Amino acid sequence: MQISGAQMVIEALIAEGVDTVFGYPGGAIMNVYDEIYKQDGFEHILTRHEQAAVHAAEGYAKVSGKVGVAMITSGPGFTNAVTGLADAYMDSIPLVVISGQVPMSLIGTDAFQEIDAVGISRSCTKHNYLVTDASELPRILKEAFYIAASGRPGPVHVDIPKDVTAQIAEFDYSKPIELETYKPTIKGNSRQVKKAVDAIINAKRPLFYLGGGIINSNASEEVRHFVKMTGIPAVETFMARGTLRCDDELLISMLGMHGSYAANMAMSETDLVIALGARFDDRVTGKLSEFAKNADIIHVDIDPASISKLVNAHYPIVGDVKGVVIAMMELIADKVNTSRYEPWLETIANFEKLHPLSYQEEEGVIKPQWVIERIGELLGDNANISTDVGQHQMWAAQFYPFTRARQFISSGGLGTMGFGFPAAMGVKRADMDRVSINITGDGSILMNIQELMTAVENKLPVINVILNNQYLGMVRQWQTLFYDKRHSSTDLSAGQPNFTMLVESFGGVGYEVTTKEEFDAALKDAVEKDVVALINVSVARLENVMPMVPSGGSLFNMMLASKEK
Amino acid sequence: MADARRVISVIVINEASVLSRVTDLFSGRGYNIESLTVAPVPDSKYSRLTIVTSGSIRVSEQIVKQLHKLIPVLKVYEHADLVEKEMALVKFPANESLSDISALAAAYNGSIVNVGDETIIVMIADEPKRVSNFLNLVRRYHPKEVVRSGSVALER
Repeated sequence: MQISGAQMVIEALIAEGVDTVFGYPGGAIMNVYDEIYKQDGFEHILTRHEQAAVHAAEGYAKVSGKVGVAMITSGPGFTNAVTGLADAYMDSIPLVVISGQVPMSLIGTDAFQEIDAVGISRSCTKHNYLVTDASELPRILKEAFYIAASGRPGPVHVDIPKDVTAQIAEFDYSKPIELETYKPTIKGNSRQVKKAVDAIINAKRPLFYLGGGIINSNASEEVRHFVKMTGIPAVETFMARGTLRCDDELLISMLGMHGSYAANMAMSETDLVIALGARFDDRVTGKLSEFAKNADIIHVDIDPASISKLVNAHYPIVGDVKGVVIAMMELIADKVNTSRYEPWLETIANFEKLHPLSYQEEEGVIKPQWVIERIGELLGDNANISTDVGQHQMWAAQFYPFTRARQFISSGGLGTMGFGFPAAMGVKRADMDRVSINITGDGSILMNIQELMTAVENKLPVINVILNNQYLGMVRQWQTLFYDKRHSSTDLSAGQPNFTMLVESFGGVGYEVTTKEEFDAALKDAVEKDVVALINVSVARLENVMPMVPSGGSLFNMMLASKEK
Repeated sequence: MADARRVISVIVINEASVLSRVTDLFSGRGYNIESLTVAPVPDSKYSRLTIVTSGSIRVSEQIVKQLHKLIPVLKVYEHADLVEKEMALVKFPANESLSDISALAAAYNGSIVNVGDETIIVMIADEPKRVSNFLNLVRRYHPKEVVRSGSVALER
């Protein structure tokens, strides 16, 4: 059929099963917005900033497992969206982001709202396209969705000049994708898998190192079986939280810079690391030369470039975690004698007893960790937990009782403050039946606070829990520990809005909390009323996230607790 | 493992911005490009890039893998056993000893390719190291301009 480029965008999105597009209109994308107005195949949610549109699409993608879609205009619309693209790129989130561009005839003339968008997005997307003819659009959009979701997922950016959206051309979306230069390896090499399994059978102190790739691969059920069947203990990365249930006896905890003592010690003493969809990020490994020094390493990853990038893998396996884990389970069957790990499990239990993940309660003040635990007690499995970036994020990862994959939505690789609230709107949109909580700080929440309007207008009841210590807490923590307490530009005590008046001016509900009883009442009320909420919790100002491996230090060399007055 | 010279060939789809994708990858990840040549592969939709770089084995493995991740890249290989050639053009004042220059050029698979009123231009094609040798040797003839093409390479 002969239709315009703008109509093609609509038809393609509907054909891809998209039900929600987050976006913001503007001059160069107006032809497409005109077609959005005329259709009812999907809902468009107007955010109040382009960055938020992309983060909302990320939250939507992370919870639903589908490709998230955002739409923006040229120039500043696009540049505002770049942080979202970079965030999705670092955390392997499948997105298709469509931007308008000035007409072809004006490209290169420094036209109004012109910027070299594909030039900018090249280094923070999995792939990008500048569409120069409408007849190319069906192929490009189909490829974009395929590339975003397949292999190691990631964001794909499609830049469409305004005259191309007006151009009439043939639309046929049924043509199969032909990408002879892009063929991700899905199935792990069976000889390598066999060798890895032999290594597992022979190891004395093996350890699962579970990464976010498991969640992208929808493999958490298989991994749960694998861990149970082998009786091998496991640590999770920040990105993998929820892969195992928090009450799984074999789950030690999170490892890394703010991992638990036992998790980091286990990694330092293991003789075989079984890395599944993890990428040996510097926040996980600490000093590379000391990381898992006594261990051979099995590394399963769909991205060959992640294998042996930082730590040499003795058993590299390129492939989708799910299939590789299934193949491993078939080979291992009953060959693992789980009782042989008893001394190893005892060692780990001793580590856990020695320095459990904990915090000290104090009279008359709420500890931020308590708030996380309390949300867990009150809502548990019934909430999806998004976070912003900073101390509250680490406490959420340490203390929330996660029970399933895709329950924890946070900006891991890029560490984007302002991610949490818009992401939590996308989360709510994808999973309306569960409570969408955004755990945030008094710094982060102001970075996308305008989304209160989006959430109220579109009835996306996100409950923002602000752990308010009147500091940019994580930076303050580093200043305390490494900069001789020079709190440069991190004290926010003289710069606090009235959060309740703020949220109420947008039509949401605000709560001021200074006691535990008030917190319980506020959270229950917000959940019951199902409203957009800001719960402003005054917490202990100088609490630090512990344990901590100082940047570049060895995992086994943790700071364990610090009292600060 | 010390940084060694590496020659990498990349076969890419001949489309807009594919060269930027490759060079952005090098600059973005802090890899060095010593020379880079690009030309279409005859009778195909592909182009061939020959990149000379340097780095440890780990770095060069990463470069190969990262290049391969680029969507329009069909093949990447680091050459182990290769024939490598580079071309150079050198412009001399016409009053230098033409017979000496011509003889030297001949020793480096070259010849005088242009003679003007004031200058002559010599072309040579040889291994990059020998090209450097030649350029050193002819300094005494006061070359006015030198241009090197960068390497092209084929696996034996």
